[in-house]
Amino acid sequence: MASFTVGIVVFPGSNCDRDVAWALEACLDIKTKFLWHESSDLNDVDSIVLPGGFSYGDYLRCGAIARFSPLINALHDFVKSGRRVLGICNGFQILTESGFLPGALVANKNLNFICDDVDLNVITSKGGWFKKLNKKQKIKLPIAHGEGRYHCDQDTLKNLIDNDLIALKYKTNPNGSTSDIAGITNKNGNVLGLMPHPERACDESIGGIDGLYTLKSLITQ
Amino acid sequence: MDQFEVKVFIRLRPSVLDPAGEAIKSASSKLGVEGIKSLRIGKMIEVKIESNEENIKEKIDLLCDRLFANTVIEDYEYSINKL
Repeated sequence: MASFTVGIVVFPGSNCDRDVAWALEACLDIKTKFLWHESSDLNDVDSIVLPGGFSYGDYLRCGAIARFSPLINALHDFVKSGRRVLGICNGFQILTESGFLPGALVANKNLNFICDDVDLNVITSKGGWFKKLNKKQKIKLPIAHGEGRYHCDQDTLKNLIDNDLIALKYKTNPNGSTSDIAGITNKNGNVLGLMPHPERACDESIGGIDGLYTLKSLITQ
Repeated sequence: MDQFEVKVFIRLRPSVLDPAGEAIKSASSKLGVEGIKSLRIGKMIEVKIESNEENIKEKIDLLCDRLFANTVIEDYEYSINKL
């Protein structure tokens, strides 16, 4: 049996793809494969990461053009099969633009590009993406975004709350996100989108290891 | 087939905060122009397209709904001129 392989999607303008590969391969000994966005063959991979960056230069809106790539078309069946998809930063923006997750990411309230470590409260245990030891589980992850303000209408917010789909909330809201939301999952829990970068928190020497668990959970079947 | 020129206007929905618009509003008052009650930024997309008259609207609606605007956060309107 082939070893578990995580596919890392590369769009023109992705710039965290190699960071994700390093975190998975070097820190967790998980096999990875880069997937060019024009590929629609997802048979060789068991889960997928949409990494951060500026796919298609963020033209029109962040994630708007990436949505039309052959790979994202193929992702619909991949998600339906129950396999896991993690969208980080620009990957989260692509997941909302493509309709895998509700809401949208818009410009930060203060218009700054924010590059910082943030404290986050883990809200849901759905999908097993975060180690949730108790009701007040907290983690610290880096953020780096200019358009990370999660926006949704009140009905969508109610749906997120009622179905326990809010994955992470900022302890101190840095960007004006609705209800402090930093990450959400789909109803099945196999798709997670988040603005913070777990791949940048996988080694003590670079400031923390709170991202390890989320990346490791990609090999949960 | 006819030629059409289409102008699409895309605006953030009223419920979505427009911090860039707020920044320009603030700069406008620094320029000495007072009395601006609201200032919001949108986008305008010009399209020249060849189409049959009967389905031009359908094509533009598809472009607006699926690509030009994200209707979660944006509204759009357009004008179509036959060239």
